Amino acid sequence: MLAMNYRGPYRVRADRNRPDPEILHPRDAIVRVTRSCICGSDLHLYHGLVPDTRVGMTFGHEFTGVVVELGSEVTNLHVGDHVLVPFNIACGTCPFCQQELYGNCHESNPEATAVGGIFGYSHTAGGYDGGQAEYVRVPYADIGPTVIPPGMDLDDAALLTDVTPTGYQAAEMGGIQKGDTVVVFGAGPIGLMAARCSWLFGAGRVIIIDHIDYRLEFAKQYAQCEAYNFVKDMDDPVVFIKKTTDFFGADVCIDAVGCEASGSALQTITGRKLMLQAGSATALQWAINSVKKGGIVSIVGVYGPTWNLVPIGNVVNKGITIRANQASVKRLLPRLIEHVMAGRLNPKGLITHRVPLEEVADAYHIFSAKRDNCIKPMLIPNQAPVAA
Amino acid sequence: MENLADTLLADKSKTIEGWGIDADPNNNPTYPMKHYTGADHQRLAYERSKQQMPREEILHSNERPGITRVFGTSSPPSGLSGHLRRYAFRFSEGSSAHWLTLLMADRVNVVEGLLDDLRHGHVPNLFKEHGWSAEWRYNRPGVIRKVAVGAVIATAVVTLLMLRSKRRKSQVL
Ligand SMILES: NC(=O)c1ccc[n+]([C@@H]2O[C@H](COP(=O)([O-])OP(=O)(O)OC[C@H]3O[C@@H](n4cnc5c(N)ncnc54)[C@H](O)[C@@H]3O)[C@@H](O)[C@H]2O)c1
Ligand SMILES: [Zn+2]
Ligand SMILES: [Zn+2]
Repeated sequence: MLAMNYRGPYRVRADRNRPDPEILHPRDAIVRVTRSCICGSDLHLYHGLVPDTRVGMTFGHEFTGVVVELGSEVTNLHVGDHVLVPFNIACGTCPFCQQELYGNCHESNPEATAVGGIFGYSHTAGGYDGGQAEYVRVPYADIGPTVIPPGMDLDDAALLTDVTPTGYQAAEMGGIQKGDTVVVFGAGPIGLMAARCSWLFGAGRVIIIDHIDYRLEFAKQYAQCEAYNFVKDMDDPVVFIKKTTDFFGADVCIDAVGCEASGSALQTITGRKLMLQAGSATALQWAINSVKKGGIVSIVGVYGPTWNLVPIGNVVNKGITIRANQASVKRLLPRLIEHVMAGRLNPKGLITHRVPLEEVADAYHIFSAKRDNCIKPMLIPNQAPVAA
Repeated sequence: MENLADTLLADKSKTIEGWGIDADPNNNPTYPMKHYTGADHQRLAYERSKQQMPREEILHSNERPGITRVFGTSSPPSGLSGHLRRYAFRFSEGSSAHWLTLLMADRVNVVEGLLDDLRHGHVPNLFKEHGWSAEWRYNRPGVIRKVAVGAVIATAVVTLLMLRSKRRKSQVL
């Protein structure tokens, strides 16, 4: 089959002769992919920052597809069902899954206990080949895959596998109270969705911070929020946020940037160049320092497993609550399907690039280098239908 | 569901004065992300699937007793990078030896990948794999600038080296 093939940092290709996936467990399904996105998380892999990213792996954890084969124990799906597949691989019965922490399953990733299984996300997340391919093996298919509701746009469905739930959970973890000022760091797909969802929780003011002008312009429209450039509009983002909140601090700060943040030479050199820490923690540092005392910092930006330079003393002295996780997609799907079907959320509005799977290398480069005003690229395999 | 934690701890209150009187189910910042049921206290005694049979080598964290019931089968460890990965998995997820060795293995693996391509008679198209055609399409001035800067630096270096070797020759004379 045709599939994306990782060859090393900044090097990927579409390969024709990748082996088709097989059923390896009675709870598996094989899905023929119809839509597959590239995520900001894939960029951490693409840049060679995630340990145990092996050459030859297929990435991709945001996909929809048609069920073509089922293991003997999957009874709630049928061959021919068109499903959206949450990025988390979850068994459904471990204590974490039982309590709806589907992003923290204990039976899907042998290689690490600190992270659940994720499609196409290195061996640190279980060693699964992902959905940037024509076909993909979906383990625990009785738990994750959800039949796409009739009338739902396929592009919306694809963005319900990660971006929408992650942005929503970022806002949810912020514990936003009506009237709160929410500052979102990062105007990528995740930050944009987090900003948009902050309104659903009753925010009084939503501010998004980035340094890429086209994304900030997009944010003003898409998330109806204030948008500022941390390079051009301010000297010090923390002082800027303090000033704009009457020197009080934001009620809630959301880190939707993660380990490849720019904005601090010290963080960038130690985190991204020398790799002395697990990426640069600039946005998190700003979030902690600009939230109010007793405020909440919500982290969905991804960091590596080792350590990062963060002002933990300020967390203590300011009495900050930090809430963080991989999004629990399955938990949030029922509510988010409602929001999308009612037109309250418009996930597909984030997609700027629709690219044939064959051109996967170009798609990665465009998204990584932020070319052509890219917000979110989507890969489309050749035989995929136009609608669900 | 009845709170398992309470059942397991039912008789603590008989022996410990004041046991649990200040317990507050709302004192839990994981809500609503986690729907606490007390299931954590089951530890690993939960219902599990059949075991997926490993057909290739699967490394597992030493912070768990064995492999998980299902796992991915992409790119099993092989070659020098495979040796490094096996070594890395002797250390826990809390140690830098684990993660830095894995990163080193990843870099070695890139070279192995190149050699593997060549062995299979495939010369990788590095231009295409880097997505440079997209760079040329969307950032032509940037590419031209980079190439120009590269050319200037190269010329400067070559000129400098030539001047030096001339000077050295004249010193010898
Ligand atoms: N927790 C989860 O479940 C989950 C799911 C998906 C993605 N993620 C993570 O969320 C993060 C964002 O993903 P994305 O797809 O939006 O990626 P992206 O790369 O498109 O967006 C990141 C944005 O942050 C901006 N940025 C860089 N430094 C900044 C700083 N110091 N302050 C403010 N903005 C800064 C960049 O310019 C960019 O626009 C990534 O780390 C990704 O791995 C987490
Ligand atoms: Zn993603
Ligand atoms: Zn589980």
